[in-house]
Amino acid sequence: MTMAPHAQVTEVGVDAPLRAWRGFGGAHWRDTVDVRDFIQATYTPYEGGPEFLAGPTERTRAVWRKVSALFPEERLHGILDVDTATPSTITSHAPGYIDRDRELIVGLQTDAPLKRAIMPNGGLRMVENGLRAYGYQPDPFVTRVFGTYRKTHNDGVFDAYTPAMRAARKAGIITGLPDSYGRGRIIGDYRRVALYGTDRLIEAKRAEQALLDARPSTADVIRDREELAEQIRALGELARMAASYGCDVTRPAATAHEAVQWLYLGFLAAVKEQNGAAMSLGRTSTFLDVYLQRDLDEGRIDETRAQELIDDFVIKLRIVRFLRTPEYDELFSGDPTWVTESIGGIGTDGRPLVTRTSFRFLQTLYNLGPAPEPNLTVLWSPRLPSGFKEFCAQVSIDTSAIQYESDDLMRPRTGDDTAIACCVSAMAVGRQMQFFGARVNLAKALLYAVNGGRDEMTGEQVGPQTPPLTGEYLDYDELTAAYDRMLDWLAGTYVDALNVIHYMHDKYAYERIEMALHDHPVHRFMACGIAGLSVAADSLSAVKHARVKVFRDATGLAVDFRTEGEFPAYGNDDDRADGIAVDLVESFMAKVREHPTYRDAEHTQSVLTITSNVVYGKHTGNTPDGRRAGAPFAPGANPMNGRDRHGMVASALSVAKLPYEQARDGISLTSTVTPEGLGHDPAERAANLAGILDAHMGAGGFHMNVNVLSRATLEDAMEHPQKYPELTIRVSGYAVNFVRLTREQQLDVISRTFHGSL
Amino acid sequence: MNTATESLTGRVHSWDLSTGVDGPGTRFVLFLSGCPLRCLYCANPDTWHMRDGEETTVDEVAARIERYRDVVTTAGGGVTLTGGEALLQPAFTAAVLRRCKELGLHTALDTSGFLGARASDDLLADTDLVLLDIKSFDVRTYRKLTGGELSPTLNFATRLDRLGVPVWIRYVLVPGWTDDPRAVDGLGAFLAELGNVDRVDVLPFHKLGAHKYDALGIPFPLHDTPVPAPELTDRVREQFREHGLRAL
Repeated sequence: MTMAPHAQVTEVGVDAPLRAWRGFGGAHWRDTVDVRDFIQATYTPYEGGPEFLAGPTERTRAVWRKVSALFPEERLHGILDVDTATPSTITSHAPGYIDRDRELIVGLQTDAPLKRAIMPNGGLRMVENGLRAYGYQPDPFVTRVFGTYRKTHNDGVFDAYTPAMRAARKAGIITGLPDSYGRGRIIGDYRRVALYGTDRLIEAKRAEQALLDARPSTADVIRDREELAEQIRALGELARMAASYGCDVTRPAATAHEAVQWLYLGFLAAVKEQNGAAMSLGRTSTFLDVYLQRDLDEGRIDETRAQELIDDFVIKLRIVRFLRTPEYDELFSGDPTWVTESIGGIGTDGRPLVTRTSFRFLQTLYNLGPAPEPNLTVLWSPRLPSGFKEFCAQVSIDTSAIQYESDDLMRPRTGDDTAIACCVSAMAVGRQMQFFGARVNLAKALLYAVNGGRDEMTGEQVGPQTPPLTGEYLDYDELTAAYDRMLDWLAGTYVDALNVIHYMHDKYAYERIEMALHDHPVHRFMACGIAGLSVAADSLSAVKHARVKVFRDATGLAVDFRTEGEFPAYGNDDDRADGIAVDLVESFMAKVREHPTYRDAEHTQSVLTITSNVVYGKHTGNTPDGRRAGAPFAPGANPMNGRDRHGMVASALSVAKLPYEQARDGISLTSTVTPEGLGHDPAERAANLAGILDAHMGAGGFHMNVNVLSRATLEDAMEHPQKYPELTIRVSGYAVNFVRLTREQQLDVISRTFHGSL
Repeated sequence: MNTATESLTGRVHSWDLSTGVDGPGTRFVLFLSGCPLRCLYCANPDTWHMRDGEETTVDEVAARIERYRDVVTTAGGGVTLTGGEALLQPAFTAAVLRRCKELGLHTALDTSGFLGARASDDLLADTDLVLLDIKSFDVRTYRKLTGGELSPTLNFATRLDRLGVPVWIRYVLVPGWTDDPRAVDGLGAFLAELGNVDRVDVLPFHKLGAHKYDALGIPFPLHDTPVPAPELTDRVREQFREHGLRAL
């Protein structure tokens, strides 16, 4: 290899874009900013297996070693370092490096790896609390500026919240709202930076601006003009930041090395400017493959170098960091950034969008070891090439680090250039964005229905004052009528609160660079969400199919329930219970749709808790399904742990009944299985896991988080059972909850290579 | 049509969908109630008695199975009948297998073979794979371990070979009971003579069913028996391999 380590050194560039686009087919994308058209015109599908992949080079290992050596100290103190005095912007920090001589892909959020930045536009208090939590003092100048001269998103929201919204928020019936932190979930089309360069993108933005010039200056038009002006400014800042790293992104990338670098710099600008809850990357692997394939064809690089570029890119994606508060980390179980990369899928023309670089991204889990970020997401279809399917399944079995989403459900709705934001939120890259809306607690709302709008934990009147149910036993018709009314109130309060939040976020913490990498006008979703679905469904099933006795305190507040008799539970492919869950999803979506949204965003909802099912459970009292106060909810759309008795696939089929059309922001299912629960030998396991995914998605399932737990994980679960409350192991014929086994039985499971049928 | 089987009922313990442990792929597994043997290591003592099962018609079972036809077919599986001992209810088992074949499904029968004589040729013609549990190759050990005789199982194995029904052997490895090298060797030699054995699954003994004994208020006989060490499992697999068998 004669290539210089840094991308700025290149022999091309004077006659860009002609030179940059050499050898590429297609026409439309040349005249119009259209990355999807470029991909379709140029990519090479790959139908083979993983044989061609390269392992890590000594250079890759050295860079990764150097940065990973910082992780233990970071874990110990919570954060490694923070710049307290410099509110982060695209250009606020001087260039930073991990290992300047060895890095191929350069650029850090601040001037040193893992050193965090402050982003007070979202809210000053969040920054100050974050700093104090880790032993740092807020900078007085920053406090003065953002406390006196510059209003924040958080300030704006609380100026416009109504008392009803505040009460619902405080009680935790509407929860996790992005009112004091960045909303995230907006995916800039970072590929545009590589394909077109910022000069061309600015030119396209000016053309969009010109179309607005002729229109009367209404509030909407004025806001659009101001936003476009900010977008253009941000593109200029991106070019300046890139120049500080020696990269000229004003012109298109001319090599694969430059393409990866330019794309990353676009993403880096976004994570320098926004501390969003999820800062997802998009769908980049097949786009980058076009460049890697051209360089391979030209003899410019070999496979080892191609993999090095992806490995180095992924190292950067793994060390994205934000300053957050411990409460935030508790809600999200850690410090996630959701740098989600969507891989695979099938094009509308029927060709798989799988390329060699789809494999190269997954290969990073071997070359660098497993990690939660970037959040590698495979867009699955039974029609994917079998070599890719089995490689994915193998990587899942080895690392548990992949999630799967149904390409066949998304493609007809958001097209074949769809990417996932965060966990399950589908959007057409560069054309659609969403207003992230966290979620409401359906289980708590059911208790409000019983208690006439009073909170079951505090006794306070939070919801509308309605007649509480007074019978000794809960009556199904009476309960569903009261629940329906309570959900009407909840949906209204919820959408209203989201409108306030997103109005203020646009006003005070607008995502300039991310939106600069979208078309104008953009299609917006209002992404509502529900939590506690399985608890609510099972509770209603208990009332319908068994008898539920109510226990009330001295003030008449229902605080406990006792179920007499059996009832069907959601998660057993039993329509009597699953139908209740389906009805809840449909009915809440219909209620949400009744309320107008900010900027006419299209209403959607998710059945997703991310990782906060534990926290929501903590704030919810005893429920009629027998769940105890404070006990965690099942995650996402999962059935309650232990109530699904017919196996992982039957459980998945229940979840698959939830209609995606009424939950377009995604339906999340987490499945945990031991390798032995998939078959006797590795090849059989990979084939069987691929078969399960085919079956789940073939039945209309949207998503599956696959945990295949290794021996090491099981051992960890023995020592720290609180970390694994829902770890289920399957033995031929039945399933057991691992942490409830005796120590001896756990050791038995761990010591066995195969499960047996006796 | 199926008028003959509509009113036929069987005693069913439960069903589930499992992967990789009850035959190839992901399968609908029907657990029938009742078993003539009392294996000391049994993991399903709740399936011993026919009276404990729920009376279920063939139609009801077939309707449940049809629901999963696409799923198990897509996932490379089919239907497995197990128990208990499925051949304790041969007419019901035959009718369910017939219905599975009418649905175009791959079928497997998990059996000890102790009641193999009760399986008609028609029943076996509807069976794509037999998971044959051979508990021991030593007559006395077999009797002590199961309370039954070994010869019916070996006769059944020979008959399956004659009929050309593919077989996966299941051999539960229990230290002190089924690890005798001579018995393993004898079984290997016997199986090597058959032409229909696709593989031998050596299944390490486990105690995950112990809590069921507690719930039923009966003692678990092998409570103090250790699980096999990995080296022992490897040795037994290797012994089968020496006979040219595919041991997993």
